[in-house]
Amino acid sequence: MFKELRGEQRAALIPYITAGDPQPAATVEIMRLMVEAGADAVELGVPFSDPMADGPVIQRASQRALTHGVSIGDVLAMVAKFRENQPDVPVILMGYLNPVEVMGYEIFAKRAAESGVDGVITVDMPPEEAADLSAALTTRGIDSIYLLAPTTDPDRVRMICDRASGFVYYVSLRGVTGAGHIDVAEVEDHVRDIKTQCALPVGVGFGIDSPPVAAEMSRFADAVIVGSAVVRCIEQADGDMQQIRQSLTDFIGSLREAIGKRPQPLAATP
Amino acid sequence: MAIPNQATDYDFPDERGHFGPYGGIFVAETLMRPLAELREAYEVFLKDPEFLAQLDSDLQHYVGRPSPLYFAERLTSHYGGAKIYLKREDLNHTGAHKINNTVGQILLAQRLGKRRVIAETGAGQHGVATATVAARMGLDCVIYMGAEDIQRQAINVYRMKLLGAQVVTVESGSRTLKDALNEALRDWVTNVENTFYIIGTVAGPHPYPALVRDLQAVIGRETREQILAAEHRLPDALVACVGGGSNAMGLFYPFIGDREVAMYGVEAAGEGINTRYHAASLCAGKVGVLHGQRSYLLENEHGQVIETHSISAGLDYPGVGPEHAWLKDSGRAQYVAMTDEEALEGFYSSTRKEGILPALESSHAIAYAGKLANKLGPNKIVVINLSGRGDKDVHTIAAREGIEV
Repeated sequence: MFKELRGEQRAALIPYITAGDPQPAATVEIMRLMVEAGADAVELGVPFSDPMADGPVIQRASQRALTHGVSIGDVLAMVAKFRENQPDVPVILMGYLNPVEVMGYEIFAKRAAESGVDGVITVDMPPEEAADLSAALTTRGIDSIYLLAPTTDPDRVRMICDRASGFVYYVSLRGVTGAGHIDVAEVEDHVRDIKTQCALPVGVGFGIDSPPVAAEMSRFADAVIVGSAVVRCIEQADGDMQQIRQSLTDFIGSLREAIGKRPQPLAATP
Repeated sequence: MAIPNQATDYDFPDERGHFGPYGGIFVAETLMRPLAELREAYEVFLKDPEFLAQLDSDLQHYVGRPSPLYFAERLTSHYGGAKIYLKREDLNHTGAHKINNTVGQILLAQRLGKRRVIAETGAGQHGVATATVAARMGLDCVIYMGAEDIQRQAINVYRMKLLGAQVVTVESGSRTLKDALNEALRDWVTNVENTFYIIGTVAGPHPYPALVRDLQAVIGRETREQILAAEHRLPDALVACVGGGSNAMGLFYPFIGDREVAMYGVEAAGEGINTRYHAASLCAGKVGVLHGQRSYLLENEHGQVIETHSISAGLDYPGVGPEHAWLKDSGRAQYVAMTDEEALEGFYSSTRKEGILPALESSHAIAYAGKLANKLGPNKIVVINLSGRGDKDVHTIAAREGIEV
């Protein structure tokens, strides 16, 4: 997916939103405006009833989406719609295994490929359990993106990097998404260690809530992923699309500014 | 402790925690290391004579084991059929089988040097059992409990607080046991370095289903010895309620190789298994992944977990332990479901005929065992796991009767 990511002068900016939040009709527009404001790729959350790895902000986003009955099929349709005039910007799905399990790995992989999904993060599926899903995705050119955590020991880092494609996602704190205790120096040490063992680009996410923190991360990470802080902009607008547009454009723009612009737009590899 | 299983062809789970297609480890990466640590501790200590001696001593002197296997003569004649025995887990310290597991896990927490334990609870029995052993060992204790359950199990909430535990009200999702589990997992991922998660049932990521089963198997081992002493033969059927499934697994496990012993797990049919208001994952669910494991799950067509209902908070859970899923598919155990009404019948029968107030969870087992005993007829023997006492449910019963206590 991100062939050109590693070795770039600047880190990629990947904002996260939950698909269907605040309502299904808004998602494609929000994805587009984030790209216009400077996002290099979009991470799209698949809502789930039991988001065990998420903090309160993304939990509430998931609940809002689910009150509209947003299914994984609906999320794929949103990606396809986004693709109509954004052929190149990478889209990464992030979610939990059960909706994929119920749809079936093969059907999911086929429909995800048809919709234009570039990568899939399944939070509660470590590589040990992921062989079948990963094979189904790989066959269709979709990356399996795995998480690395502060508790992942070096042997495991190597094992995971061997099985991952696209990039690896370093979870920058012990905790849930949106937690408030990120330690930049510790993250830097870990990411630099990972890079000695892993040829793939390293994205960093969890707890990155402001342009200054994003700027710090961008010194050593290949991609900076911002979730809860973006979702909070949507939540605080309380369904007012005009306010969502304004506040996301400002926030993504300020993150972009902090991280630095890349010389040319990032494109997904075919 | 490590009495070998009677079955020679039953060797589950495999090394990665699979019971056939079920079980496994489905958690966020941060938890992979603590689970590996726990797996090692489980493998080492549950074979370590010193550890097992301490566990046995605690079970005897602190929990009050062995629990009696009681011939319920009046219940037998009430249902008019097979002889009914009650395995009296309600007589354990703290009033349920849950303590068998927590005395074991707290010893593991100590061996791993953890100063803080967390747990989820539904009916509050596991929360009380955890708070109890944490108090005894001087460890910090945080219990997660759904707001809905906090309301209907007020006495247990206060017991936990008396024991020095912090009880955290969970307001997310359906505000019951599954959401308490989510919140406990979020705590664990945050405090992973100093915290031991005491899961209360045979569910969750490997090694919990196997660990909790092995700690609860004392129920079945005792039952086996006791029934052989009393009747000079094995029972025809075992009956136990199934929410997550720990009391049932504890009773069943030592009998798995005894093919002549039928095993029945009784789920909560709530207002009826054909309504939306039940918690019968094995009888009415589909295969899914939740809380670290693959098993049967109550979910909608899009893979979202649906809200459950049962009169008993301890059965009000959309999932079930993976070994039960395997026992169901393999045909070794049968799973049935009893409604709230049927469970109440079981509750009143035990109370009026035997002077034993059973937990509403266990009342589901009594209700089914009554029907089964009647069908089997005399000369047969049915053992019910009376997994807990009903004091905690007195308010619920009173409310159903329109009485304010």
